[in-house]
Amino acid sequence: MNTESTTADAPTHHRSTYPRFLLRVLWESVDGSFGFYAWMGVLTAIALVGAHAWAGQNAWGMATTGLSDHVSWGLYIANFTFVVGLAAGGVMMVIPAYLYGDEDMHDVVIVGELLAIAAIVMAVGFIMVDLGRPDRFWHMLPGPGRLNFPNSVLTWDMVVLNGYLLLNLHVCGYLLYQRFLGRKPRHRWYVPMVMVSIVWAFSVHTVTAFLYAGLGGRPFWNSALLAPRFLASAFVTGPAFIVLSLRVSQRLLGLPVPDRAVDVLLKILRVTTLVNLFMLGSELFTEFYTGGSHTASTRYLYVGLHGHRELVPWSWTSVGLNVAAAVVLLTPALSARRWLLHLALAMTFAGVWIEKGMGLIVPGFIPSTLHELVPYAPSRNEWKVTWGVWALGLMVFTLSLRIAAAAAQGRFSLAQGTTPEKGGA
Amino acid sequence: MAENSVPRRVALKVLGATLGAGVFAQALAPLKQFTEGMSLQGFLQKHYKELSPRELREVLRRLEEETEQRYGAEVTIRDLRPTPGVQFAYALNLSVCIGCRRCVEACHHENNHDRASHNSYIRVLEMEQGSLDLERGDANYDHAVPAPGKFYLPVQCQQCENPPCVRVCPVEATWQESDGIVVVDYNWCIGCRYCEAACPYHARRFNWRAPEVPAREINPDQAYLSNRIRPQGVMEKCTFCLHRTREGRMPACLEACPTGARVFGNVLDPSSEIRWVLEHKRVFVLKEELGTRPRFFYFFDE
Repeated sequence: MNTESTTADAPTHHRSTYPRFLLRVLWESVDGSFGFYAWMGVLTAIALVGAHAWAGQNAWGMATTGLSDHVSWGLYIANFTFVVGLAAGGVMMVIPAYLYGDEDMHDVVIVGELLAIAAIVMAVGFIMVDLGRPDRFWHMLPGPGRLNFPNSVLTWDMVVLNGYLLLNLHVCGYLLYQRFLGRKPRHRWYVPMVMVSIVWAFSVHTVTAFLYAGLGGRPFWNSALLAPRFLASAFVTGPAFIVLSLRVSQRLLGLPVPDRAVDVLLKILRVTTLVNLFMLGSELFTEFYTGGSHTASTRYLYVGLHGHRELVPWSWTSVGLNVAAAVVLLTPALSARRWLLHLALAMTFAGVWIEKGMGLIVPGFIPSTLHELVPYAPSRNEWKVTWGVWALGLMVFTLSLRIAAAAAQGRFSLAQGTTPEKGGA
Repeated sequence: MAENSVPRRVALKVLGATLGAGVFAQALAPLKQFTEGMSLQGFLQKHYKELSPRELREVLRRLEEETEQRYGAEVTIRDLRPTPGVQFAYALNLSVCIGCRRCVEACHHENNHDRASHNSYIRVLEMEQGSLDLERGDANYDHAVPAPGKFYLPVQCQQCENPPCVRVCPVEATWQESDGIVVVDYNWCIGCRYCEAACPYHARRFNWRAPEVPAREINPDQAYLSNRIRPQGVMEKCTFCLHRTREGRMPACLEACPTGARVFGNVLDPSSEIRWVLEHKRVFVLKEELGTRPRFFYFFDE
């Protein structure tokens, strides 16, 4: 970059350059090719349908969902749990890049951090849509509200999720801003935060697992293995999603992706998919070998209970997807084929989505604490809201990826103002 | 051409953004219905424990007015505090209970439950003789009672001394009062339903929609922390009918019981019937192993 020497020497007036940075971010977010507009248009449409469905849910009450007093959490909390894992999974790029000083990983590590941001946005979104009284959200704010800290694990979750969001926003924002100014980022302004964010990533998912594991009245969740399982599956979905995002960004946004960065992620995946399956196996052994009332939920999930088999096909689909993906990842002859590898990544992503979403939340309530068996299926309105939150998250992720890609190619700097040459998707 | 195309593209973007904002507003239009029944005072209302006596009086008056507007019924909503030196407990004689579910019905009416869903704080399980395994119980029995070979287990809030529901609430919207009753501030609850997940006794209920009760069926004798008509989207639970019991009356479920299976009172009063039962019967509690320490006891006579 020819601008580097001039801007680096001159004193920077952040008061004028930072608004220009934000303006540039805004411009980059609304300017692109036809494909970009089409993609964003589709996401916007889905988000609008979701917003409408959510508005209806508030107007007519949560009777618009498939939930009941027996199964009082469902699709929203299932997706919340899953996306928290996705956010934590981003750390599997940060660790090699910063703890092991992997240079290739350093070039693209921001993708992991941006995924964390988008995923936390979705997590907060899923909590908001699950509230019966979103207008009373301020009751959770320290100060005007009354936070039941440290007793309620949910308050811990709010602290760690928001903290993780702020950490990643700071690191990504700082790096992109310095890139915009044409300066070399200073270690002390971001490396300590990155180190904190690594520990923090583990905490977000551990605390989310403790939300469920701490409930003595729900034997299905009341297991010490829950948090380790959460982390293992997070380290499956995170890297799998990032590899796919890297390949898409490489092709559509021109993001330079070193092959070695992808190789490191695949190596991680080869271990984590197995660890995840192993933990599932050890959970299944404990439940089925022991038997008794405490294992009723697991029986409902995998073999059906008292004639109810609503989740059985889903559970076995999930197991099948995860096993098949592991086979592909661990067989060099198969994973050498790129299309098959990518398919395997998508499969394990879907497999964990089932296992950790509906497969985790719903059986916690079936049978209920009085051992009543009331099935649950999400309503159409619930699906609309859910896809709306996903669309919102994907929009955040798409926009931030584009800015990162532009920055990586030197197309995102102060000197270029707000009228860049055409390019990118 | 390059110079011309940029302003035009900007103009197009501004147009797009305006259109988008318009569509977004349209999409959220149903929220208007949600906020219609909401007053600014209601929105800003403080936590029950933070209200000054004057503020509390205003809140009660406002809630009475809102009930009149919405439901067309004149009601009295009072604030009843626990009496020092009183610890409530409940006991239920399983040998006598015939599973008629009159208590369920009495609760439904006393506590102004939603008529459409036929909600109640009590659930009666039909159990098999010789087993206390809840998995073998049936809450949906529909035949003449008592059926041979069965006994009946009514379950409601156990008013635990160590309540998991209170511990998990993120905003302290539910707490235990000094007489042992666990209450909910319906105007502070955010509706996350974490307490419903935490309760081992299926004692908590959520208002999936605004309750519907015909004006003439509304019980006008109401309290802020108990049977006033709950708003949509918040949790509720059995309060041992504190609007009755804190005045020395018996809970509605007890009065409705035709067999006298239910015993209620102040355990700190040595002459109370509940004290006699706890001292002389071999009582037990549900799911003792969870360490919740219920104040609701069961016993068999024979």
